[in-house]
Amino acid sequence: MTATAFAVRRGGTRQLAGTATLLRFALRRDRVMIPVWVAVNALMILSMPNTLENLYDTPADRANLVQDTAANASFRALIGPVFDDSIGALTAWRVGVYAGAVAAVLSMLLVVRHTRDEEESGRQELVASGMVGRRASLTAALLTAAVANAVLALLVAAGLTAHGAPGALALGLGLAGVGMVFATLAAIVAQFTESARLARGLTAGLVGAAFVLRAAGDSASDDGSSALTWVSPLGWLENLRAFAGERWWVLSLFVAAALVQGVVAYELAGRRDVGMSFLPARPGPALGRLGSAGALAWRLQRGSVLGWSIGFFLAGVVYGGLTDGVADLVGDNANAREIFERMGGRSGITDAFLASMVGMLGLIAALYVVGSVLRLHGEETSMRAEPVLANAVGRLRWAAGHLVIAFAGSALIMLLAGLGFAVGYGKEVGPILGACLVQLPAVWVVGGLAVLLYGVLPRAAMGAWGVAGAVLLIGWVGPALDAPQVVLDLSPFGHLPKLPGGGMEWGSVVVLTGLAVLLVAGGLVGLRRRDVTT
Amino acid sequence: MTKAITVSGLHKSFGRTHALDGLDLDVETGEVHGFLGPNGAGKSTTIRVLLGLLRADSGGARVLGRDPWTDAVEVHRRIAYVPGDVTLWRNLSGGEVIDLYGRLRGGLDTGRRAELIERFELDPTKKGRTYSKGNRQKVALVAAFASDVDLLILDEPTSGLDPLMEEVFQRCVEEERDRGRTILLSSHILSEVEELCDRVSIIRKGRTVESGSLADLRHLTRTSVTAELAGPPNGLSHLPGVHDLAVQSVERGQGSRVRLQVDTDELDAVLRSLSESGVRSLTSTPPTLEELFLRHYQADASEDMSEVAR
Repeated sequence: MTATAFAVRRGGTRQLAGTATLLRFALRRDRVMIPVWVAVNALMILSMPNTLENLYDTPADRANLVQDTAANASFRALIGPVFDDSIGALTAWRVGVYAGAVAAVLSMLLVVRHTRDEEESGRQELVASGMVGRRASLTAALLTAAVANAVLALLVAAGLTAHGAPGALALGLGLAGVGMVFATLAAIVAQFTESARLARGLTAGLVGAAFVLRAAGDSASDDGSSALTWVSPLGWLENLRAFAGERWWVLSLFVAAALVQGVVAYELAGRRDVGMSFLPARPGPALGRLGSAGALAWRLQRGSVLGWSIGFFLAGVVYGGLTDGVADLVGDNANAREIFERMGGRSGITDAFLASMVGMLGLIAALYVVGSVLRLHGEETSMRAEPVLANAVGRLRWAAGHLVIAFAGSALIMLLAGLGFAVGYGKEVGPILGACLVQLPAVWVVGGLAVLLYGVLPRAAMGAWGVAGAVLLIGWVGPALDAPQVVLDLSPFGHLPKLPGGGMEWGSVVVLTGLAVLLVAGGLVGLRRRDVTT
Repeated sequence: MTKAITVSGLHKSFGRTHALDGLDLDVETGEVHGFLGPNGAGKSTTIRVLLGLLRADSGGARVLGRDPWTDAVEVHRRIAYVPGDVTLWRNLSGGEVIDLYGRLRGGLDTGRRAELIERFELDPTKKGRTYSKGNRQKVALVAAFASDVDLLILDEPTSGLDPLMEEVFQRCVEEERDRGRTILLSSHILSEVEELCDRVSIIRKGRTVESGSLADLRHLTRTSVTAELAGPPNGLSHLPGVHDLAVQSVERGQGSRVRLQVDTDELDAVLRSLSESGVRSLTSTPPTLEELFLRHYQADASEDMSEVAR
């Protein structure tokens, strides 16, 4: 890595002393996180050829798809332009941008985790007091991300070789390139904020911006040639044209960007004190207004609620705006139509598309509710709950503050998604709002499971993420793979009426809501009876 | 006097670890009670039981006349707690946390709050993540001392405070006692305990090993005596409670110099015996608190060593 060489030139190898030890240590700490993220990302990519072969089984089908996509601006915005009708090219088209975004997010999380997180927690001080060079931590963090991205590149290159070795290699390297561009970008952002949470939020915003720029560029041109696309690293990934006459020189963009950003990060890191940042924290009020556990919970979660609200509203606007175009496109393909109908019901492709998009947002809202419920767990394990509970605050009231935000907040974001659809689509406002709200019982069942785990088995509380992940997997991949009904029935979302279009089924809505109430009650009873983690 | 805290035969296990093994503790209303013991003896576990955060396996605990587990909220209304390691929310200022804790207790005396912030030299506008360890402790201390409560439970509250602030802390504790408040003070700083505490309880391995006033406890340990005698000592080695006796002849065998340790409650007999030989000079050093604690702490360590050896 030239950035490393640069650091060496400036300060000699002493600046990097201990890097190998720190890297081994980081990989040891991430021995679960990296394999899981990389495996899920690789599986998403490697399972795609099979899915596509089932969906578009004849060359004529595929040629049709390419033609339609090229003509449909909203579909290009959602996924990107398609350059060839081979299975390999369609795979790169269908998952490339999303897999790139996942690689970017993982790289960002890893770099922030091993730089700013360590400094903020004060652990870095202890590490830095050892035989550790000034730039060793940053180097180890970037190398950790490099290892994760290299493994992904290898898996993709090996796994897709059957569809064309050069294309497989190009896609793998492109994904790793996107990862390293955002790893080095995160390394810069981490120099500016004192809080790791803010560094993650800002970098995630930059990943989102890269996606939006590419989407805007691709809706304007059907061959990725728009300047907006060329501004975005995710756009470079498209323009690499894996499996469609690879343009190898595009890889140099990733290398150049990662190098420049790496050098900037190293320069910044060398100019500041450990634990400090270029954007120091502003002072807060000397007098506080917070007067209850509920107010404290709201203060802690309001930023997250605001972020999710904006995200869901915008998602509603975007998907609402795509609805007419997508219905035109999918209308031609019997298989794709069938999948949408399996996800969203059988009453016309527009309603089916709307129902599947609303259902997808419902699945994502399950992530919100789990994250919000588990704030309780975070407060408890970080020992911040203990002094609060030593005051005249009952455990149930303390928990209620966070749970109201979790459960009412999920209703709020689904409502805002519905309003977004109203803005973006403009028709069927009432039915779509109803469809959004009807997701809630299933969202709440997932939230209720999180409360139950937290209350009764606090050590297993993080398993709630596993529940949300399984529900997400069943909801997203289940219909495409034509999974058996027994599996689909495991998810509470499988029992919801398919709205709009389908008939309202009050029975299942009432049963799911009742189940959620029971789960929450069980969790609270457990919380009331158990020891607070110390 | 009524009891602010009574604990009897408290047991608590975490898996195979017996953190509390029949612990007893009595704290009178209006006293400052020192709570001492080596690391891992069970001090913080006891305090968390008293706060209703942990549920005892068996044994009784009453705080301000109530059960801390079932009546947690009522009890907490009259309690302020300062942990040994204060963690704050990164995006809340110290002032906000002080006011929050005050409102979550019986209320906050705003005049006292301002005075305490001044005395502790705390900047209440800083955000949680920017405070040093000592300053985080100050946030919790100001919140506790400014709260309108009857009982303060302080778990190693001065860790990280500088000596000046330690002094401010001690004055604050005295003021609280003068107002009739009860304080349970867990501490490793012996001078602090000696200065502040009316009574102390020493615990070891989840059990109370000593409890009483410092004067009482001093009786349980040894006084060092050095004396120059006109003649040889007379039967000292046969007296009960005499340890580490060393006799040295001086002035060609005429006089002698004696050094010994004696259990403090046997001191009288030793002095009689010495004066029979004619005392020329005498130094007697009362047991320091350090010696008192070291006796218990080291007993703990040597037991641990022998357990390891087994």
